[in-house]
Amino acid sequence: MTESFIHLAGVSKAYRRGGETHLAISDATFDVMPGELVSLVGPSGCGKSTLLKVLAGLHPQDSGEVRIGSSTHAFDPARDVGMVFQAPLLLKWRRILQNVLLPAEILGLPMAEARERGRALLRLVGLEGSEDKYPYELSGGMQQRAAIARALVHDPKLVLMDEPFGALDALTREKMNLELLRIWKESGKTILFVTHGISEAVFLGTRVIVMTAGPARMADNIPIELPRPRTLDMKTHEMFGEYTRRIYRLLGME
Amino acid sequence: MEASSNTLSRTVLAVLAHLALLAAWYLFVSIGDVPKYVMPSPQATVRALFEENYNWWLNTGVTALEIFVGYFLALAVGVTLALLFTWSQTLEAFFMPLLVSLNMIPKVALGPLIIVWFKYGIFPNSMMAFSIAVFPILLTTARGLRETEPELLDLVRALRGSRWQVFTKIQLPGALPYIFSGMKVGAILAVAGAIVGEFLSSDKGLGYLMLQVQVTLDTPAMFMAVILITLIGVALYGSVLLLERLLVAKDARIA
Repeated sequence: MTESFIHLAGVSKAYRRGGETHLAISDATFDVMPGELVSLVGPSGCGKSTLLKVLAGLHPQDSGEVRIGSSTHAFDPARDVGMVFQAPLLLKWRRILQNVLLPAEILGLPMAEARERGRALLRLVGLEGSEDKYPYELSGGMQQRAAIARALVHDPKLVLMDEPFGALDALTREKMNLELLRIWKESGKTILFVTHGISEAVFLGTRVIVMTAGPARMADNIPIELPRPRTLDMKTHEMFGEYTRRIYRLLGME
Repeated sequence: MEASSNTLSRTVLAVLAHLALLAAWYLFVSIGDVPKYVMPSPQATVRALFEENYNWWLNTGVTALEIFVGYFLALAVGVTLALLFTWSQTLEAFFMPLLVSLNMIPKVALGPLIIVWFKYGIFPNSMMAFSIAVFPILLTTARGLRETEPELLDLVRALRGSRWQVFTKIQLPGALPYIFSGMKVGAILAVAGAIVGEFLSSDKGLGYLMLQVQVTLDTPAMFMAVILITLIGVALYGSVLLLERLLVAKDARIA
């Protein structure tokens, strides 16, 4: 068996706000294999985003073990993280290619190479020809594609996505799900995908980590054994329905 | 195509409005038979420019210098302080309320004090322009720097980007629309500040000249002085607009 790429054991994190302590995550324990796309699903306040911040090295955990990287897949926390958020957060004064290059600039990578890579990534996310446009010239879905290209430009080993399609309309969202699966397959990255959407989590994930709020804790870790490549009609399969029902139950929504 | 023809027709209308004012002025004076010392005709106003002992060039130069020195000092101090405030929350919590209170002081009322402190001349008048222009620049810049999306900061911090990178690549360009909106307000106020300074005490400048010619009721010269002061303001404001056009993406501009 190969060694896991991410190993979390008993990770917890609390926030103090106005004298009160809020437990944002408690006892998160799971492993992610290299090249997996793992969905984290749960209601608001279940600590999904906090978990991503811990993994990004933005906040230290209060207790527990966090290991990223393995003997076969080295991980440099200073440069191997790519992030995508709910809002595209493109810099509106920069053209699309310049936006995509931001991480490369911050890391001080050789820019000629980065530009080549940036162009190739814009092709990958289906934005060829938009290199010199400004963000306001693109639709919300296209802006989010650019944000995904930006998250990949410095060739990070781990991509953290925090409800990246949460602000898109339902049809665009389904289309972006298919696109993400294609990008994931072609880039071979390990992806952690946080979402509110249960069907989205099942459709995308090799595994779904279910988290509950109040108290925040990890409820289950479900391997999704739907065939690949995934297609939209799988959402009507009986197996798909079983997975989603199971998650609804865990979240107490049945 | 439609946009550019729209811009063109707007420009034409703007020019027409100014010409209409000039025509109305001309007609009012010539038909209304208004005495010259109350309101001079446009021609009489222009003729005042040829009165050599009014030293138009020197006085205009002095006033312009006072305004520009005060204005650029306000810009430098305003942006620097705003930046320091984004770096230290304690500093901001301590100074910001104080600055908001100080902003309530009618700066014109400081005039006599500034003269006591700095005597009279170009520098105290620049200080008047500075004291009145610095607040809008500081307050809008601080606001603009605070507007940065926290997730964008996370993105840079996850890559171990420096504070300086955050400032130059994200905060400053993001705050530019705000800085420019403060700079536009500041430009108009700086002109008023310098003139008030000259009214209170000075021996050069267009404000000084106005007080001199007021004694002899040379109204055409007073009109000319007001026009020149306005033109200095227009030049300053115009440069700010031009710079904004070069630096700030169209959809990000604040009126």
